[in-house]
Amino acid sequence: MFDVKRIREDFPLLKTKMQGHPLIYFDNGATSLKPQVVIQAINDYYTKLGSNSHRADYDLSYYTSEAIEATRKEVASFINARPEEIIFTSGTTAAINGLAIMLKKFLKKGDEIILSYHEHAANTLPWFALQQELGLVIKYVELTKNGEITTDNLRRLITKQTRIISLALISNVMGVVSKPQKISNLIKDQNIIYIIDAAQAAPHEKIDVKAFDCDFLVFSAHKMLGPTGVGVLYGKMEQLESLDPYLYGGSMNDKYDKTGKMSYLNVPTKFEAGTPNISNIIAFKAAIMYLKSIGMEQIREHELMLREYVIQQLIKEVPKIIIYNKEIESNTVIFNIDGVFAQDVATYLNSYGIAIRSGEHCAKLLHYYLGVGSTLRLSFYLYNTKEEVDVLVAALKAGGDFLDGFFK
Amino acid sequence: MVFSNDVLRQIIVSHYSAPAFKKAIDDPTFLKIHLSSQNCIDDFNLYLKVDNNVIKEAYFSGVGCAISTASIDIMCQMITGQSYEYAKKLIDEFHKMMREESFDQAFLEEAIAFINTSKQPSRIKCATIGWDGLSVLINKDQSDKKE
Ligand SMILES: Cc1ncc(COP(=O)(O)O)c(C=O)c1O
Repeated sequence: MFDVKRIREDFPLLKTKMQGHPLIYFDNGATSLKPQVVIQAINDYYTKLGSNSHRADYDLSYYTSEAIEATRKEVASFINARPEEIIFTSGTTAAINGLAIMLKKFLKKGDEIILSYHEHAANTLPWFALQQELGLVIKYVELTKNGEITTDNLRRLITKQTRIISLALISNVMGVVSKPQKISNLIKDQNIIYIIDAAQAAPHEKIDVKAFDCDFLVFSAHKMLGPTGVGVLYGKMEQLESLDPYLYGGSMNDKYDKTGKMSYLNVPTKFEAGTPNISNIIAFKAAIMYLKSIGMEQIREHELMLREYVIQQLIKEVPKIIIYNKEIESNTVIFNIDGVFAQDVATYLNSYGIAIRSGEHCAKLLHYYLGVGSTLRLSFYLYNTKEEVDVLVAALKAGGDFLDGFFK
Repeated sequence: MVFSNDVLRQIIVSHYSAPAFKKAIDDPTFLKIHLSSQNCIDDFNLYLKVDNNVIKEAYFSGVGCAISTASIDIMCQMITGQSYEYAKKLIDEFHKMMREESFDQAFLEEAIAFINTSKQPSRIKCATIGWDGLSVLINKDQSDKKE
């Protein structure tokens, strides 16, 4: 049974206060809180293992390497991949940047990359840099009225020059979901690389790279109860084998000599140069096991229940509310209070202990679609409650000119 | 002089809802700086017309939150017709207020509306964005003239 009271006991930060009020954490799109088991796992590494991860010579190092490989297996099973197809990075941003560098050798002037206005800066700027360097063309798939990405609109954009399609599975602002199976079907047998940014999806949905049939998929541990500084770059084995590393150094090389000749270890080791973020990779396993113990479907159901409730309450109680993504099933609600600058609302809510994000949410192309710049983003996770929603709605209802927070 | 919160609030609201110095300037004889910050979407330009180290005119354009907008508008009002030296003292006193150090209340006039900012640390950047831009413009202008 999904028991939110029980779940909340596992998250130490939920006992903290902000501005004298119990913390209400609605900024899960930015990062999630961590359960005690994850914090404990980090602590355990530093108190019980502490060594580097070169398998070899002594027990502690051996167990450290084993622990990293255990996380790799756990991640692989979580997304239905093989462990060798899992590369650890420092996050989604690092994974996409690495991909852009590694895919460069397949690209030439005039080649096309397809993105959408929903994309996070991490899935636009690395491609802009390649565009400028190589003379690529970047195209944006047309969105429907509800902000959706349809295969029809994608099909219309694809040409013989299309080399890469890189799209979020769930967008970090609107919560729009793209449909991987349909996209990979559409481009079957064409020479197009399909990349999925799953940073917002992995925390909330079942990921299945086999079913998605994508070439690459990336996400960050910190948004799914795991520690910061750890990300995953999944690639189909045949794709990974065709790539050269983007980082060079220790742990990834096989041998080299003074003339500059070098050879690499096998996938995935050849993509993991240098000492990894050992403690946090190990602790990431605890995060995934925790999510699995609750159940991804149960989490989703809980979030959708909260979403429906908050939308209903906001419409009923806050006359000046504008909600931008009412029609989309997701864990986020994007809104504004008519006539009030989003950041003024966020600061006001801060004075009630409510953490909520204002601004453009790192998706600075979205205004082309939304027609507004700054919005407020409320993003739920498994530990949020209806009672927290009630506090939010009451605060917004009493908002006035929203400068209260500034004069307390 | 101690103002009540209601008075301070009224100062901010009036400068935010009807800023007197908000005007885009397209005149190359004005010094100009773009102001933006990483954590919010403040997006302003600040324009100064300077003659012999005296700020003859000051305007801003763009969008931002109530705090940043009101703060820049008040700043423009206070520096118009003033010397660089005076403006620099204003900047210093304003920053002292942000850091909760003792400062010259009378000298800061309406700018003391932001005295509560330090209790909302995430907003300090909003309150200071215009003042920081002013400081950069003045320093740059003075070092350009030295060369
Ligand atoms: C959709 C999406 N992509 C990429 C990122 C970047 O993730 P990270 O900052 O963990 O590298 C985020 C994080 O906000 C995101 O929401």
